[in-house]
Amino acid sequence: MSVKLTDEMLKALPDSRGHFGAFGGRFVSETLMDSLMTLEKEYLQLKDDPEFQANFDKDLADYVGRPSPLYFAERLTRETGGAQIWLKREDLNHTGAHKVNNTIGQALLASFLGKKRIIAETGAGQHGVATATVCARLGLECHIFMGSEDVQRQSLNVYRMKLLGATVHAVESGTKTLKDAMNEAMRDWVANVDDTFYIIGTVAGPHPYPLLVRDFQSVIGRELREQSMEKMGKLPDALVACVGGGSNAIGMFYPFLTDESVELYGVEAGGLGIETGDHAAPLCAGRPGVLHGNRTYLMEDENGQISGTHSVSAGLDYPGVGPEHSWLKDIGRAHYVSVTDEEALAGFRTLTQVEGIMPALESSHAVAYALKLAATMDKDKVLVINVSGRGDKDIHTIAQLDGIEI
Amino acid sequence: MSRIEGVLKSLKEQGRKALIPYITAGDPHPDQTVSLMHTLVKAGADIIELGVPFSDPMADGPVIQLACERALKHNTSLRQVIGMVEEFRKTDPDTPVVLMGYLNPMEAMGYEAFADAAAKAGVDGVLTVDLPPEEAGDVAPLFSKRNIDPIFLLAPTTTDDRITAISKHSSGYVYYVSIKGVTGSATINVDEVAEKVAHIHELTALPVGVGFGIRDAETAGAIGKVSDGVIVGSVLVDTIARNQSDSDALNQALHDLLYPMREALDSLA
Ligand SMILES: Cc1ncc(COP(=O)(O)O)c(C=O)c1O
Repeated sequence: MSVKLTDEMLKALPDSRGHFGAFGGRFVSETLMDSLMTLEKEYLQLKDDPEFQANFDKDLADYVGRPSPLYFAERLTRETGGAQIWLKREDLNHTGAHKVNNTIGQALLASFLGKKRIIAETGAGQHGVATATVCARLGLECHIFMGSEDVQRQSLNVYRMKLLGATVHAVESGTKTLKDAMNEAMRDWVANVDDTFYIIGTVAGPHPYPLLVRDFQSVIGRELREQSMEKMGKLPDALVACVGGGSNAIGMFYPFLTDESVELYGVEAGGLGIETGDHAAPLCAGRPGVLHGNRTYLMEDENGQISGTHSVSAGLDYPGVGPEHSWLKDIGRAHYVSVTDEEALAGFRTLTQVEGIMPALESSHAVAYALKLAATMDKDKVLVINVSGRGDKDIHTIAQLDGIEI
Repeated sequence: MSRIEGVLKSLKEQGRKALIPYITAGDPHPDQTVSLMHTLVKAGADIIELGVPFSDPMADGPVIQLACERALKHNTSLRQVIGMVEEFRKTDPDTPVVLMGYLNPMEAMGYEAFADAAAKAGVDGVLTVDLPPEEAGDVAPLFSKRNIDPIFLLAPTTTDDRITAISKHSSGYVYYVSIKGVTGSATINVDEVAEKVAHIHELTALPVGVGFGIRDAETAGAIGKVSDGVIVGSVLVDTIARNQSDSDALNQALHDLLYPMREALDSLA
């Protein structure tokens, strides 16, 4: 059922109304329409503007520290006994995750648009930290919305944001996690639409956000192509990335969509197990609906109310997913799978102990699935894991599970 | 002519303004909603906007968020809300009812099934907060075909081109959101609203209802003067929240809040 994608097909997506096939679009209240249309118009111009691109590239190189290395995990490969395992090291970026690629790009857009006040939602706090960081650097007022449950479990990142000068708003409504933080950020935006730029942290939301976040994150996949040719003389056979909203995954996948030989695996949060209902895996176990400005796979009940989610990892604890992933699922170009909390924690330990690299709990989902997958592949095959972030922020969570107080 | 058009036309002929209260269906309990609707009519409502509760009401402030939470605690579903309208219609064949909510519950029910059931129950209009006309191409005709008015929002940020385009997609009335903000947040600026509504009147022949920020007889009168009707939501919902435990007191309190607004509007005639 898989469709062979061409460059022309990809260029036409999203369409002028932000649709990826049946998904995406712009489902927001009228107050925001004008801002979104202005943002779209400005972005489509700046996208090909050499000065904008040069600024973006320079910031990625000198401030973020790109390109991020492609590292051969030799010992992990040996112990797993299958495909060669390579790691794309987004954890080595400034601020410790891929999120900063996007915040640099959107903050640049904000300054081109003359907006002085920045808002953002955050789950794990990585996007909040990355946003607070660029705001500190550019002297912009910064407000971060974060579910009160996430404020608890990611207290280290909350403090980092405060040190960077951001105001952190704990959101008490609904399930008190990422989706509610996004609701609250949207509410703030409606009230302050004239002077405020909303930096959405993942590849979801109303058009043009899924487009621009994908473009900014695609630096991951572009570098990976070059590095693969350089180091292995060929493209990888399989790419594995975790999927919360899907920004690190789309960034890695997008430059490979027309390369049929490259298999793509997005790993969702299986929580306590898909069969328990306590998970955050809309692509594996949800159905299409409309939330946060776009049509996409969602976790919802039979009445269309959005379900509470569960994941050990705050950054994956979201009932929706970027619309381009929904499209890639339906056309069969990418595989979407899940691993449980327990498997992810085992992945965390393995990478930490075998390679001395401590991945974020989000990224640990990709690691856990990749280890299973690599074991089934031939030794001459190459698998690349997107290590989307580092695990320092999760030490408290892991210690708590171990019954240790720190 | 739809029931909404009929009511607004006859008000206009009498030189009167429409009073359009909003409550969330299922709040504080699904069993109370129909009785509250009748109370609203007794207190002078011309049209009722009945909110369909949603888990993620992105355009609403805390007051209506909490109303959604109370309604969802009793699992108030879209099908049940349609059932409430059916029940209401048994004794009130005249007062138009507009369902106001978010898209996903309708999408989950299926648009065709929803439109059929709504028409059968006597729903007169549908206002979907997160469905701009650009995305409504497949949905709005399903309503129009069944004589249900698709009602769209206009905002302070809406450009002239869009006002014209949105009005073309609307019937019954257009709903002007008077403030930049969520429901129940800022105070309304009467002069600004007057100017904008006058401008909207130049661009469309549809009646213009104004909502967000109307909280008492004074603001109702002031906004009624410059528009075709006022939509009152958060203050009513807040009154429901404060009188949850006593159903008689609740009906009385709602009446006492709404009736002076009716008087203020009628004193303009
Ligand atoms: C390190 C890391 N990886 C992944 C994610 C999930 O987001 P996305 O799916 O958009 O990459 C997060 C979100 O907070 C994160 O911090």
